[in-house]
Amino acid sequence: MPNRRDVLKALAMGAVGGSVLQVIPLQAAEQAHLMVKQAKAGAAGGPYKPKFFVDHQYQTLTKLCDAILPRDEHSGGAVEAGAPEFIDLLTSENQEYQLRLGGGMMWLDGLCTDRYGAVYLECQPAQQKEVLDLIAYRRNAQKDPSLSQGVEFFSFLRKLTTDGFYTSEIGIADLEYIGNKYLKDFPGCPLVPEW
Amino acid sequence: MAQVVRSPKVYDVCIIGSGAAGGVAAKVLTEGGLSVVLLEAGPALNPEEDFKEHVWPYELPHRGAGMGGKALKPGNSLEDEFLAPTGAWTIEGEPYTTAPGNRFRWFRSRIVGGRTNHFGRIALRYAPVDFRAKSRDGLGDDWPISYDDIAPYYDKVESYIGVFGTRENIPSAPDGVFQPPPKPRCNEIIAQKACQKLGIPCIPSRLAILTRPLNGRPACHYCGQCGRGCKLAANFSSSQVLIPPAMDTGRLTLITNAMAREIMVGKDGRAEAVSYVDKTNRSERRVHAKAFVVGASSCESARLLLNSKSSLFPDGLANSSGVVGRYLTDSVGVDGMGYFPQMEKIPPHNHDGVGGMHVYVPWWKYDRKNDFPRGYHIEMWGGRHMPSVGMFHHLCEQVEGYGASLKQTCRTRYGAVIGFSGRGEMIPNSASYCEIDPDVVDEWGIPVLRFHFQWGDTEIKMAKDMQETFRAIIEAGGGSYLARTKPDDDHPYGISDGGFIIHELGTARMGSDPKMSVLNGYCQAHEVKNLFVTDAASFVSNPDKNPTLTILALSWRASEYLLEQAKKNNL
Repeated sequence: MPNRRDVLKALAMGAVGGSVLQVIPLQAAEQAHLMVKQAKAGAAGGPYKPKFFVDHQYQTLTKLCDAILPRDEHSGGAVEAGAPEFIDLLTSENQEYQLRLGGGMMWLDGLCTDRYGAVYLECQPAQQKEVLDLIAYRRNAQKDPSLSQGVEFFSFLRKLTTDGFYTSEIGIADLEYIGNKYLKDFPGCPLVPEW
Repeated sequence: MAQVVRSPKVYDVCIIGSGAAGGVAAKVLTEGGLSVVLLEAGPALNPEEDFKEHVWPYELPHRGAGMGGKALKPGNSLEDEFLAPTGAWTIEGEPYTTAPGNRFRWFRSRIVGGRTNHFGRIALRYAPVDFRAKSRDGLGDDWPISYDDIAPYYDKVESYIGVFGTRENIPSAPDGVFQPPPKPRCNEIIAQKACQKLGIPCIPSRLAILTRPLNGRPACHYCGQCGRGCKLAANFSSSQVLIPPAMDTGRLTLITNAMAREIMVGKDGRAEAVSYVDKTNRSERRVHAKAFVVGASSCESARLLLNSKSSLFPDGLANSSGVVGRYLTDSVGVDGMGYFPQMEKIPPHNHDGVGGMHVYVPWWKYDRKNDFPRGYHIEMWGGRHMPSVGMFHHLCEQVEGYGASLKQTCRTRYGAVIGFSGRGEMIPNSASYCEIDPDVVDEWGIPVLRFHFQWGDTEIKMAKDMQETFRAIIEAGGGSYLARTKPDDDHPYGISDGGFIIHELGTARMGSDPKMSVLNGYCQAHEVKNLFVTDAASFVSNPDKNPTLTILALSWRASEYLLEQAKKNNL
């Protein structure tokens, strides 16, 4: 199978006329390769140092991301996909996120301390599950309004975790997205769905 | 005080703005032999470095969400990090204001090519009736030109930039010069079948993207990323398709980072110079020309005229009528979507296609009485496109929970949503206009615009009809309807805020009566013969068809007229 560069070269050779645009494809390919290389080099620099969350909060964030999208038989989980790093980066730049996530985690630790005498990270797995089962559904807050801040927090974190996971290499492979290629023709729909 | 730097040269023409209108003018005028200086308020564009075509989200630290998750804010999804550069809802240092109780959003660009770097590439001709709508229903105004006047220029534009489509003989959607369209995607086949059941036409779309090589540009390679900018220029943009041939003539001088402040007039009432700010060093400069083409974008062009006050034109240049800034419209915009369980059974495949829909619904109810006077078309989206931030937010709200079951639901539901976007015609109203804010200047010292905007009843009724149609199509296609926008008192039926569809226009309209219009049918100012406004400010109405193709055709026509007049020494 031809690589991206070959495809680009072929496209350039096929072009006709005197346009300056003919020289772009090869440069474009070089640039794309360079960008990937730089991204990979940047990724290989030791353990991530959180920009916003303090140590135990970052660990809590990591634990929550793992609970939201865990490893399964198809693919790795949100933590391997870099969701905590992604969320920490955005939060370090956004005061609203700092309140909603930083404050939300404090709220969660408060609830856990009231119920179990320990912050979320130090709770037993069964206790952690119990508390997530409470804040993962809006209907629980309708029954017990004291949960509503927790439900709001978890709802927001769940969205950001899906963002972090499904924009990663692991998440994209999990969805079996197979585009972002150079095609000569668009093949159309492989199976016209009936209903 | 720093000295104003005056260029000694007098150009034949000075063009302000390098987008659709300015790009065409630059090409036609330089190829016609004139010397042209083109002022662009932003920097030069370097596609190889500036376009993020083929970059994966994980190659960017913010994964496309931008600094602080900017693109995740409601209504900001367009501003993801992949979008071609410097198109934004806010420009630092260059504010605009809205009058109390009004909402208006203004998407602007500051770069060579302007918003043609970002736009959806939809290229629809206006229909004959669109130029004569008042004669039919008594609303708004007729254009001073007819479809027959502009049709040859639609032909020229389509032949030059490349547009795909099919001949359909639909009166509301005239056929053009078309390359073959791409095959429909899975979601589009479902939509077509559903529309067929309902007697609604759903035809190949018409986009300015090459499916065959043209003028040295290669055909599309189907990555679906036109909005990021195409390094190969397989899609149309002014920066890659119109400016290069103008440059090749050797008669174009492009000045970037040049923010036009004012057009100066001489004692004879003719425009003679543009004063502009060189953004690179905050100096005041001036460039002289024999004629001027304003194509800064509808509202930016109105702003420039309103800020160009003189003893001859105390209310702004060419504005004795008081019409500049008035008649502001945008497209009625409503989105809806459906979940289609049968799409879960389609095997993984490359769904990308071109950067936009392969099929669409042209306005089809022109032959009957409706609750609203004008028409709309329906665009569509969805399916297995590249995962991006925000993609699963709606699903998260629906299914909630966490863990392996959430992950399985995302996997199954990925690509099983089809979205629909209605885009319809707004009738100009007296409550919608822009004016100079008396209290605010931008960082260049130039007074900014203040917007007033209200939808009328006809637009709300149209929005209702759009949602009902989406629901009917979705249910006929075996899907379940999910409201995409939450209708509330501020947004009945999910109608968008003014400006949000980025089809704002009409603010220096053409017409046959100089008391009621700024320009004649050639985009030439009634009061200033050597001044032309060739962007969508010149439009008399805002039919459901996206404006870019008509901007290109009008500017081409105006530029040929300017050439003729220049040859006859009539300017």
